[in-house]
Amino acid sequence: MDFSIFGYQFMQNAILAAFLAGIVCSAIGVFVVLLHMPFIGVAMSHAAFAGALLGLWLDFNPLLGALIFSLAAASVIGPLADRGALSPETSLGVVFSLMLGLAFLFIGIIPSTRSAALDLLWGSILTVSRGDIVLLAIVAVVVIGMVVIFFKEIQATIFSRSVAMAVGLPATVILYAVLFLTGVTVTVTLRSIGGLLIFSLILNPAAAAYQLTYSMKIMFLLAAVFGVVSGWVGLIVSYLFDLPSGATIVLTSSVIFLLAVLFSPKRRVKQWENKAINGETAR
Amino acid sequence: MVDAVIKIENAVVVYRDSVALNGVSLKVDPGEFVGIIGPNGAGKTTLLTIVNGFTRLAGGQAWVLGQTVNGHNRHELRKQVGYVAQVENTDPRVPVNVREVVMMGRYGRLGLFHRPGASDRTVVDEALEMVGMSHLANRPIGQLSGGEQQRVGIARCLAQEPRIFLLDEPTASLDWKARADILELVKRIHDLRYLTTLFVTHDLDALPHTCDRVVLMKNGHIIGDGAPDKLINTETLSRLYDLPVPVVEERRPHIHRTGDVHRRDG
Repeated sequence: MDFSIFGYQFMQNAILAAFLAGIVCSAIGVFVVLLHMPFIGVAMSHAAFAGALLGLWLDFNPLLGALIFSLAAASVIGPLADRGALSPETSLGVVFSLMLGLAFLFIGIIPSTRSAALDLLWGSILTVSRGDIVLLAIVAVVVIGMVVIFFKEIQATIFSRSVAMAVGLPATVILYAVLFLTGVTVTVTLRSIGGLLIFSLILNPAAAAYQLTYSMKIMFLLAAVFGVVSGWVGLIVSYLFDLPSGATIVLTSSVIFLLAVLFSPKRRVKQWENKAINGETAR
Repeated sequence: MVDAVIKIENAVVVYRDSVALNGVSLKVDPGEFVGIIGPNGAGKTTLLTIVNGFTRLAGGQAWVLGQTVNGHNRHELRKQVGYVAQVENTDPRVPVNVREVVMMGRYGRLGLFHRPGASDRTVVDEALEMVGMSHLANRPIGQLSGGEQQRVGIARCLAQEPRIFLLDEPTASLDWKARADILELVKRIHDLRYLTTLFVTHDLDALPHTCDRVVLMKNGHIIGDGAPDKLINTETLSRLYDLPVPVVEERRPHIHRTGDVHRRDG
């Protein structure tokens, strides 16, 4: 088998991008899974997509447009979910459909950028630049740094916001910080992973890790490993069988999730879901 | 004269277009164990959560531990106020164990950038021991029964080393034994730690055994305040729950119309 391809700069960039995106997306995924808000990823990624298209249309940096739109989405989703006027899923659904509508509107208005738009939707990890990688690395360091430094605050907030608030933690600030980090992550991975596929790379590795551990620290680590493995295996499969890399990365992460479900020790705990709220725990 | 630990004056709380509290005043002295009872929607939880700043006042003022409760100091105040709510359904797969939940009680006191140390672990171990949960310390929290989860919630408050203890129907949805155990535990902790306790409950039978004082609430007002033996009788319950006296008597045969409470345990 010829692996000389890995000597090329573009492939090395892709491997590095998959590594960084795998780590940062899966860390965000842990938040998303534990907060029971899986649609954050999809709403944010479509916001970033619409913002990037606006950038293409008005001729400014698409990444800046993506960042503005995803942060705007975060600042709308937070208060909507917070005030309880709408359920989080409903507010996310509304933001998602609004952003999707805007994205299609921009595609319709600017037909000349249709192929660039498709690139943003599907991503193209094989064409990422060193600049993209530096940006990804900075965001990865920030996200991982935040998780390490504020682990106890994050742990309490995603376990129960009311508990976090009751013990004197600024739970709302932490939740908003998580939403903003999600927006930034989606923005910097837009070019490599794509607006449509980013959702899977956020959700699948973290959802797989959730099946396998009762420790939040281990969940972060496992999710990162699964994210990186998805990226790397996806790239190799893409090269070997000449398939689109975005699709193979996402499919690999889905296979990892299915395997995790299959071998999950938590399958046994199904019984607990129907447990009576009273009574003693089995010793 | 000792300063009140909690002082609420003319509190008005409005949720969207309904008034939850309408000019309520309450003063609680150090070491008091106050039970708050009343029908659903009376404003009991709202009154309780003024103390830890979960509920914001539309009118009136609240002082807790000598400070006015406001948006600036509520995080600081909460570090000294333990709060246990009703048992919630916790996902049995959630990756957090019992010891970690109890340790969360230390997080506010530790502050940002500080990790729990040996002394925090000792406090957590003692709290677990006190509520009888040491043997389940490493169990995922979602795999505990309702009564056990409530014990863990109480241990979290103990680890917080609070001065005020707020309990919002901690025995709701628990069976008779679990309820009695939790009440006994709460009373023991109140006495041992010299706490000031506010306790929202529907458990009328428990009040005389646990509380020094009972506050009756209805439609956003306090309609009675006094010793449980004096206050909990057929007439007040009839007024509180809008039930005719004979119906209350029929449903609560152990309460005599004289106002005495017949203690079933002798």
